[in-house]
Amino acid sequence: MTGFIVRRMFQAIVLMKFVLIFVFLLLHLSGDPARIMLPDDATEEDIAELRNEMGLDKPLLTQYLIFFRNVLRGNFGESFEHGESALKVVLEHLPATIELASAAFIMSVIIGLPFGCIAALKENTVYDKGLMFGAVLGQAVPDFWLGLMMILLFSVKLGWLPPFGYGEPMHFIMPTIAAGVFHTARLARLMRSEMLEVLRQDYILTAYSKGLAEKVVLFQHALKNSAIPIVTILGLDLALTLGGTVITETVFAWPGVGRLTVAAIHHRDYPIVQAAVFLLALGFVVINLLVDIIYTYLDPRIQYR
Amino acid sequence: MRHEGDEVLMTAEEFQHFDETPWWRRLARSLLSTKSAMAGAVILFIVLIAALLAPVLAPLDPTAQSLTRVMKPPLWEGEGHIFLLGTDHLGRDLLSRLIYGARVSLIVGLSATLMAGSIGLILGMMAGYFGGRVDYLLMRLVDFVLSFPFILLALATIAILGPSLWLIVALISFRQWTVYARVVRGNVLSIREQEFVIASRAVGGSDLRLIFRHVLPNVLAPVIIIGSLYLGRLIVIEAGLSFLGLGVPPPTPTWGGLLAEGRSYLYVSWWIVTFPGLAITLTVLGANLVGDWLRDVLDPRLRTR
Repeated sequence: MTGFIVRRMFQAIVLMKFVLIFVFLLLHLSGDPARIMLPDDATEEDIAELRNEMGLDKPLLTQYLIFFRNVLRGNFGESFEHGESALKVVLEHLPATIELASAAFIMSVIIGLPFGCIAALKENTVYDKGLMFGAVLGQAVPDFWLGLMMILLFSVKLGWLPPFGYGEPMHFIMPTIAAGVFHTARLARLMRSEMLEVLRQDYILTAYSKGLAEKVVLFQHALKNSAIPIVTILGLDLALTLGGTVITETVFAWPGVGRLTVAAIHHRDYPIVQAAVFLLALGFVVINLLVDIIYTYLDPRIQYR
Repeated sequence: MRHEGDEVLMTAEEFQHFDETPWWRRLARSLLSTKSAMAGAVILFIVLIAALLAPVLAPLDPTAQSLTRVMKPPLWEGEGHIFLLGTDHLGRDLLSRLIYGARVSLIVGLSATLMAGSIGLILGMMAGYFGGRVDYLLMRLVDFVLSFPFILLALATIAILGPSLWLIVALISFRQWTVYARVVRGNVLSIREQEFVIASRAVGGSDLRLIFRHVLPNVLAPVIIIGSLYLGRLIVIEAGLSFLGLGVPPPTPTWGGLLAEGRSYLYVSWWIVTFPGLAITLTVLGANLVGDWLRDVLDPRLRTR
């Protein structure tokens, strides 16, 4: 098992090296990084000066090696907008993003899972149909529009909730719902079909015919067995929500990495963009690695490839 | 026994019975008898007609501005004008812009589905069929693509290369092919070991013959299912990019772009932000309902159950 973990870690490191190459090449996509980093009305002298400053006259490989060495030291360059280390700026905005992503993830678990179970147990009743209609709708509504509609209703018309802001528990309500609704709806539907699948199995019938109480059958037998595939999906969801709050952050002026980066893209503040893309990718890879390692402990049947 | 909302839409006996009729008639009959799928198909059909016949259907020129008719509310709230869904901050007719907006959504959604599906199908078949090093490298490529925070990467690329419809299609496909590749690979792995494939190889069938005669027909169903299930997501992604100001550039009306414009006038004109989002939600809902139905009908695992 240790061999498997070491191999997975090695894979993750190689993966991050390629991500770094890609993040480096991002600026070179247009052929002239100096030109895209300066405003449209920059003079040729300005461009030449920046080109010199960035070492763009050196061979590409040399430039990459310099970039790589700097990144290892945590140096993505200075943010033009904020006038300090890009990595520091991104790290300062990271907690807000992690908080929102976690809140959305928790919402999907505490609402999606029970609702999915209820729908399965009450199959083909009004409850089932109502819940699944809601879930289908939840998967269709775009997060940013839902956010705007909530602002329109709860902030503009009713005045119950602040349209934006950060710090109070109240500020979490609308952004969390917007960021979490898709995952909640999907999880509810998955939980329902997993549960239905398990309830059809012979061992459930056996458990009932032994005369076990319904509660015992459901919690001890059904729920446990439907948990394995659900946990797999949860691991992936957790990693995905981290990079998935970008638009929600923009709608609610949430001070996270997503909004910071969108603003940086519009202001051509590329050190911020590079640092943010790299850090979010790193977060994704690390979470996936941890989930993989946890699995091998939880389910010994998983093959160590 | 068939229950509405049940995962199994057709039992084995029903399928055998249907087998005597051509496949398209079987599909049509199943569509007509599934209420939710029928509703989805009707919605998609309306959107398709709107996109195709936009110049005929749109009551006014979607780009015609007029200072005398700025931000008129919908017909039932205002009076003395002819704009069914009202006008925006430049006096443009919202209904006409919505009708034209369907074009970008559908073109991007369908082209990206086609492109990602083709790439994913080919690479997934290669990975599954040849296995070994090819498989390993392709699956690491999938890990690589998935590790990026997609929206941020897409935004940065668009900002650097300049926004255009085909760049957006290419970026969405760059991410989306991985979904197909994984599923196709898994299917091919199991098909490869089936008797009919082994038999065909034993009598001297070439790789190409095996792939086209035996493997391809057996992985097309999952590819079609994924395509229809994800069409809605792709439309939301396109709208999201437009919402963040880096979609298909103006004056081409896009639903996401309309939302972004309306956002600035959220407090005064609720309609500018409400109707485009409603259009996106309904279209995605339609696509998802049809996708759910196709999965239930086409998933080969359900036939044997």
